[in-house]
Amino acid sequence: MIVGNRKEFQEIVGMLGSNRRVLLLGCNECVTVCGVGGEKEVGVLASELRIHWKTAGETFEVKEHTLERQCDYEYIDQVRGFVGDYDVILSMACGAGVQYVAEAYKTKLVMPAVNTTFLGVTLEQGVWSERCQGCGACILDMTGGVCPIARCAKSLMNGPCGGSSGGKCEVDKEVDCGWQLIIDRLTELGQLDRYEDIIPVKDWRSSREAGPRKRIREDLRL
Amino acid sequence: MRLSYPSNVKVVKVPCTGRVDILLILHAFENGVDGVYLAGCLEGECHFLKGNLRAKKRVQYVKGLLEEVGIGGERVEMFNMSASQGQRFAQCAQEMTERVRSLGPSPVKGGSKK
Repeated sequence: MIVGNRKEFQEIVGMLGSNRRVLLLGCNECVTVCGVGGEKEVGVLASELRIHWKTAGETFEVKEHTLERQCDYEYIDQVRGFVGDYDVILSMACGAGVQYVAEAYKTKLVMPAVNTTFLGVTLEQGVWSERCQGCGACILDMTGGVCPIARCAKSLMNGPCGGSSGGKCEVDKEVDCGWQLIIDRLTELGQLDRYEDIIPVKDWRSSREAGPRKRIREDLRL
Repeated sequence: MRLSYPSNVKVVKVPCTGRVDILLILHAFENGVDGVYLAGCLEGECHFLKGNLRAKKRVQYVKGLLEEVGIGGERVEMFNMSASQGQRFAQCAQEMTERVRSLGPSPVKGGSKK
């Protein structure tokens, strides 16, 4: 899932500027699961904004609305009937959702209430951890199911580096060394001999280095 | 015991403090209350095991939200007491009332920032 953090309240207020009629759009997908931009968080931010402007003695209107997804046009289109009643759309989706809403409503200001951070997993209720950087060329078969791109601070293809100590990374003693995890996992799998294989230099063209990516599956197109 | 507590305290009954959602507290402030406190069971004594511990965390979270919006985290608090501690219930009501009185009316009501 895509994981994010809500922006600081004062940053959001500053972003909104003099706009006093706000359509606050949540998303029912990843940002709901990671507790940052679903219906509940829309309610909390809307309440905070109302308290802020009531305290300031100024009129303010916020409409709370949570879409099934903000990365599919069909759902974004559901607010077309009333989007014109508001000065600005404040989206609590990931960066993809914010941009797609902006593309759908070209004459409307669209602002992000969330900082999108990583592709990750739920370690436990309330705790999320990064697992993937979407490099576009998965090598998890070679590394015991542990990604060196996402989980090694240096994204080393052949590690660990000298900064690995006691299974932890030098950047933060709370962070596991990605390559230690790989070695441990290969050991458990009885595949430690694979650690001897040199993983070739990665072709980063499948990642962001070749610009924005697009995927087309002709058989699915209408 | 016939104990009395300040008449400004309005009791909202919930089955467990674990029922108290962040939004319930925020909506109370939106509607102009000066302070909110939760009277939960003693830690470790929750009938539902962790209801009061969850409420404690939520109160801490709401404190942060109230700080963010500028009305102050001291206006919300969590107290723990058993059903037989009527004396403590009255004491907590008194303590919170005094705290909120010293903070003054909620700025939400008056638009004091303007």
